[in-house]
Amino acid sequence: MSANALSQHYAEQVQHLQQSLPGSLPDWLAGRRDGAARRFADAGFPDPRMEEWKYTNVRPIATKPFGEAPVDTGVSAADVSALGFQGLDAYRMVFVNGRLRTDLSDLNGLPDGATVQGLGDAISHDPAPLEPILGTLAHDRFSSFTALNMAFMNDGALVRLARNVRLDRPVHLLMIGTAGNAASWSHPRILIHAGEGAEATVIEHYADIAGAQGFTNTVTELRAEAGAQVRHYLLQDHADGAYHVGSVFIQQRRDSRVISHNVNLGGRLVRHDLNVDLTEPGAEIVLDGLFLAGGRQHVDTHTRVHHSSPNTTSRERYRGIGQGHGRGVFKGRVLVERGAQKTDAQQHSANLLLSPNAEIDTKPELEIYADDVKCAHGATVGQLDTTSLYYLRSRGIGEQEAREMLVFAFADEVLERMDLPPVRESIEARLAARLPGGQAFETGA
Amino acid sequence: MSTQPHDVEQLIKREYKYGFSTDIDQEILPPGLNEDVIRAISAKKGEPEFMLNWRLEAYRHWLTMKEPSWAHVHYPKIDYQAVSYYAAPKSKEDAPKSLDEVDPKLLETYEKLGIPLHERARLAGVAVDAVFDSVSVTTTFKEKLGEAGVIFCSFSEAVHNHPELVQKYLGTVVPAGDNYFAALNAAVFSDGSFVYIPKGVRCPMELSTYFRINAMDTGQFERTLIIAEEGSHVSYLEGCTAPQRDRNQLHAAVVELIALDDAEIKYSTVQNWYPGDEEGKGGIYNFVTKRGECRGRNSKISWTQVEAGSAITWKYPSCILLGDNSVGEFYSVAVGNNMQQIDSGTKMIHVGKNTHSTIISKGISAGRANNAYRGLVKVTGGADGARNYTQCDSLLLGDRCGAHTYPYIEVKNPSAQVEHEATTSKIGDDQIFYLKQRGISEEDAVNMIVNGFCKEVFGELPMEFAVEAQALLAVSLEGAVG
Repeated sequence: MSANALSQHYAEQVQHLQQSLPGSLPDWLAGRRDGAARRFADAGFPDPRMEEWKYTNVRPIATKPFGEAPVDTGVSAADVSALGFQGLDAYRMVFVNGRLRTDLSDLNGLPDGATVQGLGDAISHDPAPLEPILGTLAHDRFSSFTALNMAFMNDGALVRLARNVRLDRPVHLLMIGTAGNAASWSHPRILIHAGEGAEATVIEHYADIAGAQGFTNTVTELRAEAGAQVRHYLLQDHADGAYHVGSVFIQQRRDSRVISHNVNLGGRLVRHDLNVDLTEPGAEIVLDGLFLAGGRQHVDTHTRVHHSSPNTTSRERYRGIGQGHGRGVFKGRVLVERGAQKTDAQQHSANLLLSPNAEIDTKPELEIYADDVKCAHGATVGQLDTTSLYYLRSRGIGEQEAREMLVFAFADEVLERMDLPPVRESIEARLAARLPGGQAFETGA
Repeated sequence: MSTQPHDVEQLIKREYKYGFSTDIDQEILPPGLNEDVIRAISAKKGEPEFMLNWRLEAYRHWLTMKEPSWAHVHYPKIDYQAVSYYAAPKSKEDAPKSLDEVDPKLLETYEKLGIPLHERARLAGVAVDAVFDSVSVTTTFKEKLGEAGVIFCSFSEAVHNHPELVQKYLGTVVPAGDNYFAALNAAVFSDGSFVYIPKGVRCPMELSTYFRINAMDTGQFERTLIIAEEGSHVSYLEGCTAPQRDRNQLHAAVVELIALDDAEIKYSTVQNWYPGDEEGKGGIYNFVTKRGECRGRNSKISWTQVEAGSAITWKYPSCILLGDNSVGEFYSVAVGNNMQQIDSGTKMIHVGKNTHSTIISKGISAGRANNAYRGLVKVTGGADGARNYTQCDSLLLGDRCGAHTYPYIEVKNPSAQVEHEATTSKIGDDQIFYLKQRGISEEDAVNMIVNGFCKEVFGELPMEFAVEAQALLAVSLEGAVG
């Protein structure tokens, strides 16, 4: 579709959206949506001439006339259990093409002081408490995709914990895509607000019915108040034809601790932005990540850790595997503000390149304006260690099997740090299935 | 290293040692840039047609280009029409045949700078080409080099005496339209050095060029071209200074290195342009394009730089590793104090098989300076067995400066091995305590630690210059501690 026809299409979409919104939308929200729609209309989709999009061309997304995904009632409990995690005891919310399906969800037994609710529901019934969080961490200015989400989001999840409330079980947000039509999009928004001293684990999980090829554009806003502890799993296991852009914004107050597990296995074109702001002393972030780019996949992860206060800590460990014709991109930025003394930041990006047609681009960045800090980063791109291979071979293990073991072990080092065995085991199995025993390893030799 | 106690206050106020200017008769073109200016420069140098055409083409391309803005540096917009593009000592009009004919004032200037043009040159065993503003003043040791077949002369002389070599190699590594500043240089460059090492020759001495900006409101645009034929070897050093002025001056140089089969070029820079005062007033904008091409098998290009001066430094000495088994190296110490801004690093482009590159970068920031390492390691699809090791360390002295690292790593070959490591730290109180406890003053303790931090890079410099570089570092950082 030509650029003109496309902008006409989006103008119509925005108009259509405004007509379809509930009349009761509060002013503040209507204002934010409106501003976002205008910002998107002005900025359009990013292009590779922009430094932040240097390695990722979103043309495949930008040239399609997307519209809202159709309502799909076909997804069954059997699909949910097939896509979910065997043996995981969790509060569960299931979304199909971005819309909450209460019939497939299970939120029984939530403790007092814990709110886990569909965002569409919260907006129509009780929007006031959303005002201080919805759209306050994720600025429209951040990227066109963030603005797009704000303009078009109509559902998602709200997880809110009052002071000192500890969730006994994780919250599993299972987002299922079914749209075989490549021009369907959805814009889920996830809000997580952990009050002082609260503790929770939230699993944001994207999985598709085979053959789905929609575009999922998510925004997650996570605020951890003083002393709160949050584990955030971001698991992307879309079907191979799907497009995914995910933007995560984390804001941490005094002595809070957030652990992020970000695993990317599926999708055709995937981009993640994880933005962390450590605003008060004692805040600590752990960013663990794994991405696999095989077939014709393009998987891009950008992380930004902003140490804006003294005595803050960050630990970042990302691993990537490029195989087939895949392209993996990692860019990690650590910014230490003037005055953020005693910052302790470590960042590491390790990558395996297994095929002559694959590509890995990595760019670990440090930007430091304080002197009394400990900051280090490292990046490697390479192949399997020949010594380890030799060791295994000398014990009678076949070459191919030895290679598979080593690749798996490389990736598993990230997964090992997950604290939910059912999730870890399931992801390990899905990972192993995506490491094709044969051709990728042979050509990687 | 002196162990005398220093008065910190006095040190802070200490002035740039090379800030004098020399009052000699100069011929300066009026400020402004257009095709006539370029024709005038070309005519003054009596250049052949191909040079003039090359310049004009570069100029026309430059007009279509935009000044780059991606670097981590800030400066007011440069008015390219307010710069004079040619300044030459008058006496050049009747070109000096030997050192005796060179204006004694000029010789005095170089004496002050510590450049041994005369007898001391022989002792130092270094052949020097001195460039004063826009033109090359003199080249020492010409005969001795001639015996070995080495051509070492000013660029202008090369255009006259060896036009075939110039035409064959000029712009083949850094094309005229490569980037904004390189295009500007191609259009207006006035002189520079030319080195040609014939097949199998090991250059008998270190070659050196000394650049000095003297005139006010002029830009210096020199161009250096070094060609190392099969199996040859050369070590080349450049140094630079400028007088103290409260207006910014532009220096946009281009350096091209070509190493053929089994050849080796070692290129060292000690850059000490005037950095401006402590409020950031004045100083040189050092926007330089340096690139070497390892064209032949087993060839090697090694860049070593000590960047101490300039208000703004924007330079990325790079290696394109085309030949199989070729090697690229980059060793850098970049020191920023007061309001200095540095955005420097390297590019290693691996194209040939089994190509290796090493990057060692040491950045030191003090005062309110910002010091960024920006580098690219690119392994193309055919570069089987490529190997890179990068180490970038930053040292922060004070809480108002900044240290940044922007490494780009792009790998398309599964047999490549690329490693990048970076650290940022300050000098530990325990280290200072340890040295002070042994009777060493704080200032000297810091100097020692900084020198230790830079040791790997200084070790790559020719010996005489390593000593100079250490002293320069101490001067640059004076007042940064205490």
